[in-house]
Amino acid sequence: MPFPLNIDPQQILLHWMNLAILTGGLYFLLYKPVKQFMDKRTAHYQELENQAADKLAQAEQLRAQAQAKLEAADDEIHDERMRAQQAAQQAAQERLAQAEEQAGRMIAKAKVEAEQSRERALRESQREVRELAAKAARKLAAKPGDDIFDKFLDLAEEGGAHEGR
Amino acid sequence: MKRHKKGLAVWLTAVLLLLIAALLAGSPGRSESVQEAMRDAVLHDANQVSLLGLKTVSPGMISAFGVTAALLALAAVMRIFVIPRFRLQPGKLQLLLEEWVGLFDGMAKGNSPHRNKFLGLYLFSAGSYIFVGTLSELLGLQAVTVHGHPITLPAPLSDVNGAIAMGTLSYLVILSGGIASNGLGGVGRTLKEFSLPISMSFRLFGALLSGLLVTELVYYYVHLSFVLPVVVGVLFTLLHALIQSYVLTMLVALYYGEVSEPPVPKPKKEKKPALQAETP
Repeated sequence: MPFPLNIDPQQILLHWMNLAILTGGLYFLLYKPVKQFMDKRTAHYQELENQAADKLAQAEQLRAQAQAKLEAADDEIHDERMRAQQAAQQAAQERLAQAEEQAGRMIAKAKVEAEQSRERALRESQREVRELAAKAARKLAAKPGDDIFDKFLDLAEEGGAHEGR
Repeated sequence: MKRHKKGLAVWLTAVLLLLIAALLAGSPGRSESVQEAMRDAVLHDANQVSLLGLKTVSPGMISAFGVTAALLALAAVMRIFVIPRFRLQPGKLQLLLEEWVGLFDGMAKGNSPHRNKFLGLYLFSAGSYIFVGTLSELLGLQAVTVHGHPITLPAPLSDVNGAIAMGTLSYLVILSGGIASNGLGGVGRTLKEFSLPISMSFRLFGALLSGLLVTELVYYYVHLSFVLPVVVGVLFTLLHALIQSYVLTMLVALYYGEVSEPPVPKPKKEKKPALQAETP
């Protein structure tokens, strides 16, 4: 029984075969090689992009490291400065303490020396008084008739006037 | 300036002389009426062509083989002489080839993101076949019927068998995508669109046949054979070629993407807490 519109299943199958041949042929001759090339090129540019991204990441990392080092150096400098300031302050305080101690020692020594001088002067003056007294006694003893006590008093007054000059 | 005027005058004279000669010569008498010509353009039952002496077939069948041979020859030439010279920065021909492949590949990827390798190839093949096949009628290649009459080979898809073959094959490709992605579920999804092969087949057939009929009509009368064929023959055919390639490939891509989409798991129904019996 013929189909309407002159439809022929055999010709339809022949058209299918034709399309199958065309599809297979175009795949191997054109579609696959062109697509492979396009994929390869895409992969190539993707790789370049990845490399650029890696380099950028490395540069960023290096920059971060350098920044961290700079910050660490700044911190270190700050710490060193603080330590130096503290050391200088401590040294100054030590020097001041030493100076004060030395001054104290000098003052004490001066006091001791002054005391010693005063004692020595006192001893010297006492000795001189004793010598004067002895001298006066000897003079009185050498001139009979004179009142010893009056002469002693005269000599003592002369000596006082002599010191007042 | 004078030379140009002389050339123009010679050209116009030649055109007028040829027009007068054509009108005076007339046609050698029709072997068939316009009704018969139209009927044969639709049914291809009178003007059959022998296929290598094996079988008488519609002239569209010969066109189909011719188009395939031409496309494969072109592809072979490209494969041998052009593709090995592809560069990272493409030239004009390379750009054209890449656009040609990339257009259908992109269409496949865009419409069927889950499964698109074979779809891209099929769209490329079908689109190229429809485009080149439709344009082939512009060449006016001749064949001899089994009765010894010369006929112009039509576009392959203006033959109902060619259009049905393309429509049903496209449907089978869609079905294969459904099966490959979803098994029996894919078959169900594809069979749901049972009218698709018929609509795709007869859309192609109707569109290309209408162009063929208009062209036949125009060329049947010699008085319509001046200027008008430039619009009807060339521009309409170009438009047909573009539109039909786009429509069929887009439809196949859309349906293929739809049936090859993985099933979305249904959200589990939350169990309603049992109502506690209210105690008085």
